[in-house]
Order: sequence, then C-alpha cells, then structure tokens
Amino acid sequence: MKLWELLASVDRRILYLLLSLAVALPLILKPKITVRVSDPVRSAFETVDQLPAGSVVMISIDFDPSSAPEVNPMLVALLRHAFRKDLKVMVMGHLALGLPLAEIALNQVAPEMGKVYGKDYVNLGYRPGYTALMVGIGRELRDYFNTDYKGVPIDSFEFMRRVHTYRDVGLLVSLAHGAVADAWIQFAGGRYNQPIIVGCTGVNAPNLYQYLHSGQIKGLIGGLQGASEYETLIQKPGSATLGMPAQSAAHGLIILLLIIGNVGYLLSRRKAKK
Amino acid sequence: MIARIIGTWVAATLTIGILSFLYKDNPLYKAAEHLYVGTSAGFAIIYSWAFDVYPLLVERFDTNMAAHNHVEAWILLLPAVLGVMLLSRSNLTLPALAALSVLMIVFHHFSLILVVLAVLCILMFVSTLIDPGIDWVSRWSIAFTVGIGAGLTLTATIQGYLLPQISDTLRPLVNVNNIVVFVGVITTLFYFYFSREHRGALGAVSRVGIVFIMVAFGASFGYTVMARISLLIGRFYFLLHDWLPIIR
Repeated sequence: MKLWELLASVDRRILYLLLSLAVALPLILKPKITVRVSDPVRSAFETVDQLPAGSVVMISIDFDPSSAPEVNPMLVALLRHAFRKDLKVMVMGHLALGLPLAEIALNQVAPEMGKVYGKDYVNLGYRPGYTALMVGIGRELRDYFNTDYKGVPIDSFEFMRRVHTYRDVGLLVSLAHGAVADAWIQFAGGRYNQPIIVGCTGVNAPNLYQYLHSGQIKGLIGGLQGASEYETLIQKPGSATLGMPAQSAAHGLIILLLIIGNVGYLLSRRKAKK
Repeated sequence: MIARIIGTWVAATLTIGILSFLYKDNPLYKAAEHLYVGTSAGFAIIYSWAFDVYPLLVERFDTNMAAHNHVEAWILLLPAVLGVMLLSRSNLTLPALAALSVLMIVFHHFSLILVVLAVLCILMFVSTLIDPGIDWVSRWSIAFTVGIGAGLTLTATIQGYLLPQISDTLRPLVNVNNIVVFVGVITTLFYFYFSREHRGALGAVSRVGIVFIMVAFGASFGYTVMARISLLIGRFYFLLHDWLPIIR
C-alpha cells in the first residue's frame, strides 16, 4: 500500500488521539506565545475602560455550560476589569442554565477584588421571554426584576435605586452563544441607543462583525482567542491565554490533515483515471 | 471541601464518559447522556418556577390580592389560562399538574391562583380524555405568542437591523474596504434574484456573488472549527487542572 493510501485509510480514532495530544501537550508544557490584540477586542476594552467610576454595567449572561469554555473566560476578565474601574455590575440572564455560571464567576472574582454583594454588584437572576424584557427595560426595569435572584427587593441595594431604564446603564455587555446578542443590539441598541459590547462564541462571531462595522456595537470579543486578548489587555492571563498554544497546535494539526487528505484524494483520483 | 472533591470526580467521570463515545458507543456514555438530559430538565423546571411562575404570577397575584387590587390580580389569570391551553397539545396537562403539585408541596406555597391553575389543568385533562380533538385550543395560545413575537420583532428588525445595515452599506467609495462591501452586497443580492435566468451579465454578476458567499461560509466554518477546539480545550483544562492537578 502506498503512503498516501495508507494515510487516507487511517482509523479516525488515531486522528482523535492525535488531536487530544495536540490539545493536552501544550496545556501541560505551557509554551510561551505572544497574543496579538485585535481592534474589535481593543475597542471593547477601551469602551469599558472609559466609563466613569460608579457607572452601571449590565452583563447579560446569554450562554450556558455548552459554550462556557469559550465565553466564561470573557466574563471573568470583564468582571476583573469592571471591578478594577470601580464600576457597578448588574448581572442578568436569559438562559436557565447560564446563571449558575455567573454566580460561580462572581464568587471567584468579587472576593479577590474586595467587592461586596449589593454594594458593588447584584445578580438579578433569570427571566424568560427576552424580547419583551428588552423592550420593557426601556420603560422600567422593575416591571421585570423587582427582586434579585434571592428574592431581595432591588431597591434595598443603594446603587440599584437609581437604575430604572437604559438611560441609567452606562454599558450593556451581552455574553452570548446564540441569537440573544442580536436581539440586544436590535431592541436595546436600535430602539434606545444603548451602548453595547458583545462577547460571543467563535461560531457567532462572523455574524456579529456587521454590527461592529456599522457602529451598532462598541466592541466584539470573539471566541477563546478574543477572551485571551482581553486577558492580555487587563494584564491578568487566565484559562483563555493558557489555551492559546493548544488552540494553535490543534489548528496546525487540522490544516496538516486537510492538506494530506486533499493531496491523497487528488493522487488517488489521478491513479484511478490512469 | 468534600462536596467539591466529589463534584469534581463526578464531572470528570461524566466528561470521560461522553468522550468515550469517540471510541465507540458504550454504557458509560449512555449513562452520562441520560443523566445530562434529566438534570437539565429538572434544573429548567426549578428555574422556571423560581424565576418565572413564582415571581411573575404567584407573587404578583398574592401581592395584588393583599393590596385589594383585585383587577390587577385576576388579570394574571389570562396568561395562566393561555399556558394551560397550550399544554393541552400533546396531553401535557397531567405532567404539568403533577409538577405543580410537587412544587407546591416542596415550597409550601398554596396560593389561590395555583389552586385555580390546578383545577384548570384537571378540567383540560378531562376534556382531552372526552374529546382528544379539543387540543385545537392550544392554537389560540400559539397565535397569541406568534402575534406578540412578530409585532416585537418586526419593528426591531427594521429599526435595529435593516436600516442601520443599509445605511452602513451606502458609504462613499473612497477606499478598498467600502468598495469590497458595496460590490459584495450588490453581487450577493443579484445571486438571490431568481426572476430571471442567471445568464449573460446577470450570470457574471451572480457568479461574483457566489465567491463572496463562499468566502463568508469559509470564514464562518473556520470560526466554527476554532469554537469546537476551544470547547475541547475547556474540557482538557478541567481534567488536567481541576481533576488531575497536572497544570498549576
């Protein structure tokens, strides 16, 4: 059997093993790589950075465990940045399985930044029917969230007393793995001119560049690469930065396999014609 | 601490169980898959109760009743009835009644509106037993939902998507980026013009449109590959960092 035919008939489980090694080895060996910050991520960073201290940042948790490895590092990095700038953080979500991830991230970041629940941040919880809610917040937040996720009235928190509509929110951050980010842009951005930045999965990122180009969003953090760029900007490397060498190695392997597969296919086709 | 260790081991076992499907289908994979589906469903029920039914229906009803705002209290029955009507489809009234009863017992909350809802569920269940064809009433709820969804989306799409995107496309053709965007939009639109056969000038323009569409697909697919690898990295990070402390 020729080399190309041998490569073309290799068991797919061998390929899975190679991919596993390409991911695991860089995670263990931790080679140093330089993360180049792209303009969309820098723009998102600068939007947060330019907010005056005390401004309210509304973070919408529109992802769940299925996309957490990509989006959760963004949440952690954004929380670190917001708390460092003394911004007030208000978290809410539209996916039932997403809010516990926010709670885990808040419990991790807030204590290390010396932030206190109710004084510096609140978790409003989950509400279904996000399109109606997005329009409704333009009228009054309390129509949808009059208590936090533990049932405590939001007016018992000092900074929340002045938050009623989008006018009282300095920045909306949608961390999404689906169409919820589009809805935020169209409802809150289009109707109420709410400044928005989006953090999303790699799958969603290409569809959101159009909003960045048209100026409907102030910044875009796309996928694990975007998260690592944000971690670089706040000078606090985390799991996303650690994952970048593995990402590069896996991409390299995939490109190599694509080339081998296509060359093998072309050679075998030429042989069949003869 | 013990709970965290147990949780990590359970999560690691389930991760390996799911990944073992790459070798071949096996009982550990099946167990992990079913456990995931069941846990997600249970979690969603509790969340729906805690963040939806309780604060938006039960609590509001009780608060308004206590304040003698009877109209504002009983008007909440309207969406509740629409919900029960929706459940008549696929005979979901009985499971809903069971879930409602369990939640009332677990949370020790016996609001009047929940009792009314339970009665409505029973009535709907009996009605579907007598005449299975009565599930047509669910269409009213669906029509209500579709109507609201269409109304909300229509304005948002025009205001927040169509107009800003058209406006952004109409840029002066003074640099390469603007020219590429202009040519891409026009040729792609021509590709989707099906009232005439794509021959001659129209064929040439639509072929350019195909190139733009293929480039968009390629970019999208590239990002998708990146996203899937990121998920794999996330799981390996968990296994090597949280479970086996190989990464510090």
